[in-house]
Amino acid sequence: MDANSLAWRPSGDGATLRLRAELLARIRGFFAQREVLEVETPALSAAAIPDPHLASFAVHYTGPGPRHGQTLYLHTSPEFPMKRLLAAGSGCIYQIARVFRDGEAGRRHNPEFTLLEWYRVGFDHHRLMSEVAELVAELLAGRLSLAEPERLSYREMFQRHLGLDPHRATVAELAAVAKTQNVSIPPGMPVDNLDPWLDLLLTHCIEPDLGIEPELGQGRLTFVYDYPVSQAALARVRPGDPPVGERFELYLHGVELANGFHELGDAGEQQRRFAAENAARRAAGWPEMPIDDHLLEALDAGLPECAGVALGFDRLVMLAAGKTALAEALAFSFERA
Amino acid sequence: MATYSTNEFKGGLKIMMDGDPYVIVDNEFVKPGKGQAFNRARVRNLKTGRVIERTFKSGDTVEAADVVDVDLQYLYNDGEHWHFMDPQSYEQLTADATAVGDAAKWLKEEAICQVTLWNGVPLSVSAPIFVIMTIVETDPGLRGDTSGGGGKPATLDTGAVVRVPLFVQSGEVIKVDTRTGEYVSRVKE
Repeated sequence: MDANSLAWRPSGDGATLRLRAELLARIRGFFAQREVLEVETPALSAAAIPDPHLASFAVHYTGPGPRHGQTLYLHTSPEFPMKRLLAAGSGCIYQIARVFRDGEAGRRHNPEFTLLEWYRVGFDHHRLMSEVAELVAELLAGRLSLAEPERLSYREMFQRHLGLDPHRATVAELAAVAKTQNVSIPPGMPVDNLDPWLDLLLTHCIEPDLGIEPELGQGRLTFVYDYPVSQAALARVRPGDPPVGERFELYLHGVELANGFHELGDAGEQQRRFAAENAARRAAGWPEMPIDDHLLEALDAGLPECAGVALGFDRLVMLAAGKTALAEALAFSFERA
Repeated sequence: MATYSTNEFKGGLKIMMDGDPYVIVDNEFVKPGKGQAFNRARVRNLKTGRVIERTFKSGDTVEAADVVDVDLQYLYNDGEHWHFMDPQSYEQLTADATAVGDAAKWLKEEAICQVTLWNGVPLSVSAPIFVIMTIVETDPGLRGDTSGGGGKPATLDTGAVVRVPLFVQSGEVIKVDTRTGEYVSRVKE
């Protein structure tokens, strides 16, 4: 014990923690008014998401039940059980969930954080974007002065910021743009996969500008939608030239705040994506994840047409409080947990 | 070969890149929610002092640089090289002008200096923050000269020149802050 240590103290100040509580209450009010039902689903599951970009914490359950215990996974989002509720006829639902992601810690990341996730039956991703904008505007009212929200497609975003078409570009072209933008190119970038290159340009050149209106010095909500099919994640794919994933992201002041989908309801397609993700894990030498059969069964039984979104609540508190580090929006950040 | 994972990145970590030793100045973890994670680091070249930005894919490894800071006693300069000694082991080490750099003018024999070693060879030398020096030459008197107000130049026993207040005279002993090269006070011996 170090008597002079200050590490026992909260990482967020009192005013920010009171703001946190106030925003939670206002979120509940927002959804109560719209008759969206608050739900709670398990944080521990025998299945986990196989997405190679998400790492689930594995924990050991000793029983009673299985003789030698069992590996369980902490959820990275409450998406799968919430979709099972939707398939069971819950109607519109929301959840304020503590979620866990291994391997993510930094100024804007904490290995456990709070997600506000909600699903709207009958909405597509564009209608849900409007509701996200209404909620965020209500929560930030009087704290951040925001210009009108803007929406641009993933393609428009790359065209506007870097003058390239992400659906047509080659690895060589993306590497050339990175070079002219003075981006340090990490060793070992793949030659046969566009996505890490797009992510490199997104995080190094585009994100720092997103949601920042240079003329006014004020922020605005920027929605980016219609992602390359390879980044569709759990979104449905809209055929076209090129086909796109009906997914969206919300940025404010260069901070990624939310990710939403026009939800994929096709059990067969979902199963193929899970298998491809586990194959990518195998190829990278990472452990495969047990697939959530309950989700596939629920999709098979019938997911209503819906759109869903997950919003990083701690990041929203951080921006609302005018802070720059996630730790300042938490009672105790990971380092002090 | 020792390596570090990007997971271990933090300010002060010494790594090898392109054959040169670098120290991490700061490190930012960036990751799109559904995409590739990167470590975006600012690193300083320990040979040139130049700071650049380098990005790594999170989870990758990078070679560790065998760089350590040690406290050595400065012995003497032979006209070309500066000789130091480890006060514990009595091992002697030689530093060249590149490694000593600006610290040269603050080095007095027997002073304990922080020396950065790369693969056992001095890479850079930091003078003690405060040094005690004797003034060998400065204009006398000048009392009543109010034109400057900023003192007068004084040459010290190592050849360094610092500005001192008008009342300080040749032969006096003074304390100097080597970070700024500024006079701090007179020292009574």
